[in-house]
Parts: sequence; structure tokens; C-alpha cells
Amino acid sequence: MEEQFDVIVLGGGPAGLTAAIYLGRARVKTLVLDTGTVGGQTVLSFSVANYPGVEETSGRDISQTMLRQARQFGAEVKAYAKIKAVELAGENKVVELQDGSRFVARALIVATGGVPRKLGLESEARLAGRGISYCATCDGDFFTGKPIVVIGGGNSALEEALALTKYASRVTIVHEFDHFQAQPWIVEEVRAHPRIELVMEQDILDFVGEENLQEVVVAHKQTKEITRIEADGCFIFIGYVPNSAAFSAELQLNERGEIITDDNMATSLPGVFAAGDVRQKRYRQITTAVADGTVAALGATAYLEERKAA
Amino acid sequence: MLQTNLKHVESDEEFEKLIAENENVMICCGRMGPMCLPVYDIMESLQAKFPHVQFRDMDFDGPASHNIKRLPEVRGFMGLPFTIYYKNGQVVQATTSIQTEEQVLGILNRYFARAA
Ligand SMILES: Cc1cc2nc3c(=O)[nH]c(=O)nc-3n(C[C@H](O)[C@H](O)[C@H](O)COP(=O)(O)OP(=O)(O)OC[C@H]3O[C@@H](n4cnc5c(N)ncnc54)[C@H](O)[C@@H]3O)c2cc1C
Repeated sequence: MEEQFDVIVLGGGPAGLTAAIYLGRARVKTLVLDTGTVGGQTVLSFSVANYPGVEETSGRDISQTMLRQARQFGAEVKAYAKIKAVELAGENKVVELQDGSRFVARALIVATGGVPRKLGLESEARLAGRGISYCATCDGDFFTGKPIVVIGGGNSALEEALALTKYASRVTIVHEFDHFQAQPWIVEEVRAHPRIELVMEQDILDFVGEENLQEVVVAHKQTKEITRIEADGCFIFIGYVPNSAAFSAELQLNERGEIITDDNMATSLPGVFAAGDVRQKRYRQITTAVADGTVAALGATAYLEERKAA
Repeated sequence: MLQTNLKHVESDEEFEKLIAENENVMICCGRMGPMCLPVYDIMESLQAKFPHVQFRDMDFDGPASHNIKRLPEVRGFMGLPFTIYYKNGQVVQATTSIQTEEQVLGILNRYFARAA
């Protein structure tokens, strides 16, 4: 079965949903396909306090409102889409699902965001939910009175380490560099905290434990000296990976795998736009994703108009 | 109470009745947190495809949750949500922390598949 749209949006996070709101309002026939939960990374935020015009709320509430708006303006939104193939190069952009459905549009917006980076160790996967966690607010209270490790050195890692001192008997922050990438005031707070220990310039070698995590094994980058840190829990915050692998053959990406766009969110292919965390930019926030989605939608609408006029 | 579109299990009586009267039951015991919400969403999206399975959530801090927390299958679990699959009242699978749709589907198809 083949269905024609004006624009297909891949990704239903804040960038994709904003694009759908703008496209829907402009009466552009729009389909949003998300391979996972609509809302993207906002679903991972318990509390969002920096989205202008909205007092503190959850990321889920923001994205559910955006979803309702997109649908009210006529966009079709499908979650858990099983995408089999995407063709971007031709005049028609084609998305094929595993169930055989085919969607065709003249323009396409890639708004596929990112996912938390993992270390990729076998023991990390085996002990996930058994000591290894990626969410301090979710799992912190399982470690009340117990020693834990936090891996990472950016804002998220240090903020979560501070939050985890509420529960843990000791928090050891393990970082790969000799300095942190976080804001100076957070670093200061971490350095001054009596129950936080810093172990710098380390490679993570292994997580040890049968039923539960017992130790994190690290090695100093220069001296190679091995340290075994006793820990019941380990929280990993080592950044995000852009969801761009599926487009690497057709779109121009930078060395970090982010899609390169111009100021109008146009990519290296005509009719293909990119918005949000998946594209090359410095600051990744809901506000910047929403701004990108707006520009990409307006760019795609202008592109369709130009084609019509030609 | 959890704010989802799933039916909730809120008391021991509800839990016991659910397990006793249904062949296939999936219960996701969690909070309104980032690792739990995607699992509730997946369950909602699969309800229509698996009408012979009872999909429920349960508040991790609610009065019925001790029925899950005391299970030997969740010993060592330290990541929300705890998701339990029951066949004829017996636990056949238990998972900890966030799961993908593929992981949930794999378990549903393995234990609750309908004979063709
Ligand atoms: C824990 C946490 C807390 C945060 N807190 C804040 C905060 O307080 N304030 C703030 O402004 N920002 C915050 N952020 C950042 C913010 O959530 C992101 O910058 C924003 O969600 C990016 O939006 P996006 O639409 O570009 O991508 P995402 O939100 O990542 O959404 C991308 C969507 O695309 C889908 N997808 C992936 N691959 C494909 C594919 N191939 N085809 C189709 N769909 C696909 C995904 O399932 C996902 O739904 C936080 C992020 C995290 C992780």
C-alpha cells in the first residue's frame, strides 16, 4: 500500500512534533514516523524548568501537549514504526515499513535526535537494572546507604552525582580526562562535597558482579594502574550519540555523526531537512530543538512552493 | 495512582483476582519515571494486538506492590520498572529497568503466543 504526503517527518521528539505543528497549520499533509515512544528524550526528563512560558513541568507533559497540537492541526503521527528502508536522493522521498506500507513525499525532515551513549562492555548490558543505571531520579533510592560510582564529567554526570549524595553513602566520580566539562559552579560544588570522591583520567575496564554489581574496575590512562572500586550502583552519563547511522550513506555528516545543515536546516540533499539534536550544533535543548523544527518546517514548505511554481 | 491509560492494580484483592482468573497477565510495576513511561507506552500500543493478555500497571509505592517486590524472580533488581509476566498464575519471566518494544514482544510471543 502506498500513501502520498507532502512532508514526512522522521522522529517525534520536540523537533519533529514542532515541525508537524507548523506543517499542519500550513495545511501541508504531514506524516510523523517515530521508531520509539513519541516525545523522544523529553520523556527522560522528570522536570523541565527552562522551557519559556511553561512553569516547571515534566518532559512527558510538554511532549504530550505537542503531540495533541500536531494531531489537532492535522498531522498523522505513528509511534513504534518499523522502518525498513528510507530513500532520500530522488525527487520523491520514500519510507518503507516492514509491514509493506510505503509512504512517499516531496520533502522529508530528519528529526531523529540522539540516545544515551553506552560504554559497550558486555558486563554493562548484563548488569543493567542490577546496579547499572542511566537514571538517578529513577533508581537512586535503591542505593540508600550504599557506595556508588558515577561515570562521566559533563553537566549531567555532575548534577546527577550531587543528586545521588541524597541516597548513597559515598559517590565516586570516575572521569576520562583530568578536568571536567561541566559549568564551573557545578564543579566547585562537587569538589567541595564531603561524600564525593574524584578518580580522574581513567578507562573503565569492567563491571564485576554475578546477580548484582559489586565492583567497577578502572585503569589510569597513563600509568595503567588498576583500581577496583567497590560499588553497589553505577550511573553512566557519558553523552549522547546522534541517531543518524541510517542516513550516513546519503547525507553529509560531521566526524561525530551529526547531520550538517545550513541556517535553514537544509541538508546536503535537496528536499531533505534536519532538525534537533541529530544535526550539527553546539547546544542541545528542547528550546533549540523546537526552533530547529520550526525553521525546518518553514524551509520544507517553501521548498514545496518553489517546486510547485517551477 | 499512575497516570497512564492502562488499567491499574491497586489492591491485593485486585491482584489476586487478576492472577487467578486470567491465563496471560503482564504487570509493569513502576513510577511515573523516565525508565517506566516507555514500558507503559509499549504496553498500551500492544493491547490491541494481544487481546488475550491482560496488561496492567502497578504503583511501585502503592499497597499492592509487595506482591511484586517479594517475588524471588526480582531478587537483585535495582532498576525500575519491575515487569512481571504470569501464565496461569505462575511467573514465567521478569525484567528490570527500561525495555524496548522488541524485548517486550519477544517475551509476549514466547509465552503468550496463540496457537495458529
Ligand atoms: C535526562 C535528560 C534531561 C534533559 N533535560 C532537559 C531540560 O531540562 N531542558 C531542556 O531544554 N532540554 C533537556 N534535555 C535535552 C532535550 O531533551 C533534547 O535536546 C531534545 O529532546 C532533543 O529533541 P529532538 O526532537 O531533536 O530529539 P529527541 O528528543 O531525541 O527525539 C528524537 C525521536 O526520534 C525517534 N527516532 C530515532 N531514530 C529514528 C528513526 N530512524 N526514524 C524515526 N524516528 C526515529 C526517537 O524514538 C525519538 O522519539 C534533556 C535530555 C535528557 C536525556
